[in-house]
Amino acid sequence: MSDPGGFGPDLVEVFGPSQQDGGPELVQLLTPEGERVHHDEFDHDFSAEELRGFHRDMVLTRRIDTEATALQRHGELGIWAQLLGQEAAQIGAGRALRPQDYVFPTYREHGVAYCRGIDPLDLLGLFRGVDQGAWDPKDNNFGLYTIVIGAQVLHATGYAMGMQRDGVVGTGDPDRDAAVIAHFGDGASSQGDVNEGFIFAASYNAPVVFFCQNNQWAISEPIERQTRIPLYQRALGFGFPGVRVDGNDVLATYAVTQAALQRARDGQGPTLVEAYTYRMGAHTTTDDPTRYRMSDDLEHWKLKDPIARLEVYMRRNGLVDDQYFADLKAEADELGHHLREGCKALPDPQPMSVFDHVYTEMTDELAAQRDGYRAYLDSFEGAGH
Amino acid sequence: MSTTQKITLAKGLNMGLRKAMEDDPKVLIMGEDVGKLGGVFRITDGLQKDFGEDRVIDSPLAESGIVGTAVGMALRGYRPVVEIQFDGFVYPAYDQIVCQVAKMTFRSQGRSKMPMVIRIPFGGGIGAVEHHSESPEAQFAHTPGLKVVACSNPIDGYWMIQQAIACDDPVIFLEPKRQYHADKAELDESATPDPLFTSRTVRAGSDATLLAYGPTVKTALKAAEAAATEGKNIEVIDLRTLSPLDMAPVFESVRRTGRAVVVHEAHVNLGMGAELSARITEECFYSLEAPVLRVGGFDTPYPPSRIEEEWLPDLDRVLDAVDRSMEF
Repeated sequence: MSDPGGFGPDLVEVFGPSQQDGGPELVQLLTPEGERVHHDEFDHDFSAEELRGFHRDMVLTRRIDTEATALQRHGELGIWAQLLGQEAAQIGAGRALRPQDYVFPTYREHGVAYCRGIDPLDLLGLFRGVDQGAWDPKDNNFGLYTIVIGAQVLHATGYAMGMQRDGVVGTGDPDRDAAVIAHFGDGASSQGDVNEGFIFAASYNAPVVFFCQNNQWAISEPIERQTRIPLYQRALGFGFPGVRVDGNDVLATYAVTQAALQRARDGQGPTLVEAYTYRMGAHTTTDDPTRYRMSDDLEHWKLKDPIARLEVYMRRNGLVDDQYFADLKAEADELGHHLREGCKALPDPQPMSVFDHVYTEMTDELAAQRDGYRAYLDSFEGAGH
Repeated sequence: MSTTQKITLAKGLNMGLRKAMEDDPKVLIMGEDVGKLGGVFRITDGLQKDFGEDRVIDSPLAESGIVGTAVGMALRGYRPVVEIQFDGFVYPAYDQIVCQVAKMTFRSQGRSKMPMVIRIPFGGGIGAVEHHSESPEAQFAHTPGLKVVACSNPIDGYWMIQQAIACDDPVIFLEPKRQYHADKAELDESATPDPLFTSRTVRAGSDATLLAYGPTVKTALKAAEAAATEGKNIEVIDLRTLSPLDMAPVFESVRRTGRAVVVHEAHVNLGMGAELSARITEECFYSLEAPVLRVGGFDTPYPPSRIEEEWLPDLDRVLDAVDRSMEF
């Protein structure tokens, strides 16, 4: 890359060549080959139980994704936003949360939802077209899926500002201090709302972790269309730290997110975490990645599979046996059954329900419109509703 | 014993905001320059000094950021009152207002509420540069999930802002900026205000009905006075609420007078007047002596300020419409 304008060193000189492997800044605790490595800043000791927990969570999350994709193919869902390949990023981030923390998801955070105790069946309603979010955000401190790209990053920042006003930041009480995590993707990083969220959070030192899953693709647009520098480096311009973590390494993602959340809970303000990962599947079930990306890429990333590398590590170190895998398979099968049968049994909403909850109390003019529609329906002979 | 004082609209809003903040510690104010400066129109004057920087928040200059973070605060249990500095600057926040604020209650099936007030100084007549004199109300009234109100006088300013803050639904609160420091009125804080989402007949008449809100209420009243000198007896209704509309007093009036003229500063095409006209036609068809007429801004961008008084509906254009209605 040349420097046509004479404005100093070119970008390659400053940031190094384009690094498909995430570059030297990538925080990693478990290599794609399943080797445990150590990191000066973000190391963490994991018990065998914790490792098995991460593995189980990722396997079940992948099963949710597989089942939902199949349900879409069978016509039971209108669409499904797939997360294949992003299990480690989501489980690492999800397991780093405390109950009092609050999550603002995109529409792809199925693994994080699972970590928060949301019944995976509840995730399907939105994609089946029977509701727009079946859970109460207050029950699990997990917001509703947000479709408009990046909008929730501002909500997260405002929620964090509310936490500051509630006195639940920096008290030193681990059961009290709380933080917010805002999920978004590499495409959303171009949105004004995300950048405004960064500015507000920096200005007020809000306890929020900006968790960007850089899966390299915004539908058909590659990361190069969104940014000319590694995304985590943008944080510097906003005045808070940014970290690039191997998003296919659940251990590193957990360690980095946990540290960022703790920083926020302690009152030290926002952090940008860029989880460097890859969207193995399509953007959604209506997308066709063969039109815009090379299968070589996919093959390259298959070697970095987040589940396989942890499995290799656990087997090599004798942390799991055949019974563990048999039990896990049975659990996954049960989850699959729950999703398949549950999805088909999800009732369609009543057409008259569209008038409910537009306002906290129905306005007279909306009630009149509802009554008019009811009278219209009743006007048909044999109207039996 | 009640005490009264003479106040401007700016003062009424300021007092109403203060009262709401005293009554409910969850009420927060956020916007550009709302702190030390007290807002560019001084509506929040002195509030940061008395309630602190945590409750009266000077924001970065980003309207989507203001409204978007207010969504998060509302989800956390606060009642944010955000100030958009001028009408024409609301558009960067339009996505958050229409896609998030308006839909959150519906999306969550009532589990999450959006008790937010978005204050917007609106309308023209202050000799301002571009983007400072607009009337975007129809864009919000067209959006299900939002409520839209417009105050026209100091007393309503005092009460309506408190009622809007107490409302569990998001309210777009329109303030006629030309009136902020204009007329004074006598405020009795012990009085019982009309409910927020109601229209009010402000002048009784029998020959035609003028429908106005915000800045055009004053114009309509002046027109009615002028018409009276010509022997025409004009009724004036201050709509006050634009979504939901409170049509009962309007229908009652138009059935008596047989004639209706809507007056607003906003562009006529697809404006509030179009909706009012449709509803009046549906409900009062056999009582109408003339089609419902509309007087408003022309379907052009807001003009340079030297010609804004020609562009805005004034007394003569309102009277002209009344004459056309009477002659029909």
